[in-house]
Amino acid sequence: MDEIGKFLEMGGYAGFVWPSYAAVLAVLAVLLWLSLRGLRAAEGELSRLEGDAGGARRGGGHEGASET
Amino acid sequence: MKLATVVTPWLGWLTVVLCGAGLYLGLYGSPADYQQGETVRIMYVHVPAAWMALFCYTALAVSAGVGLIWRHPVAEVAARATAPIGACFTFLALLTGSLWGKPMWGTWWVWDARLTSMLVLFFLYLGYLALNSAFDDPQRGARASAILALVGLINVPIIKFSVDWWNTLHQPASIVRMGGPSVHPAMLWPLFLMIGAFTTYYLWVLMLRMRRELTASRLRARRRMQAEEAGV
Repeated sequence: MDEIGKFLEMGGYAGFVWPSYAAVLAVLAVLLWLSLRGLRAAEGELSRLEGDAGGARRGGGHEGASET
Repeated sequence: MKLATVVTPWLGWLTVVLCGAGLYLGLYGSPADYQQGETVRIMYVHVPAAWMALFCYTALAVSAGVGLIWRHPVAEVAARATAPIGACFTFLALLTGSLWGKPMWGTWWVWDARLTSMLVLFFLYLGYLALNSAFDDPQRGARASAILALVGLINVPIIKFSVDWWNTLHQPASIVRMGGPSVHPAMLWPLFLMIGAFTTYYLWVLMLRMRRELTASRLRARRRMQAEEAGV
């Protein structure tokens, strides 16, 4: 317990060491999350659009065939 | 695109492993400095962030230059994807430097050559991002921001040699220097592990952002095609 406390204390510099690591982890985690979210959204939108277009084309083809 | 999809998760795992080992050695498995005490542990995030800030800017300028000269679309995408990552690294280098400077120098900030040139680098990143998205035509935005990126490249050697050319509070080079590193191996190992982790993180996020950009351009093309079909 004493060892953990000593480790967290960082020789009296805890107020400088831990915020440095926290800031790095927070900024890099947020950037990663935003990048992942952006990719997922774009991929989802594209597959939805391609699905719609495929469906419309298939539907359109069917209509066209029934007319002839 | 297919290769990027395969490589991306591996880069993620590599980042986690390198970061885990680097954090363990940096925070626990390495000694405190005889002068700086435990604050030396800030080095393990400050130095990799600063190195990556310079590395990303060089990669950004080279990609933007290739895009400008040879009109290579993937180079433009790589430049655009690199900019926010480099801006984050630069911000972190400034912030952690400030948190290290206060206990060791007695001040959060000083307008000396190294710190000021790093702040200029941060503004160059922001300027690139603003200019890149300032035009309705993405091609014009890419061209204008590429010129800014190439002009700003002059700042990279200024940052690197600022500690030699001017009297600064910042310490001179201690790793890439004549006669080898002046840092003890016990501290060099966690430092290199963290530099490795930051590099693989950059490549990981770069792949994600490039895939996003390429998917977005396919999305735009698909929408244009649909609009044309609807018009006919």
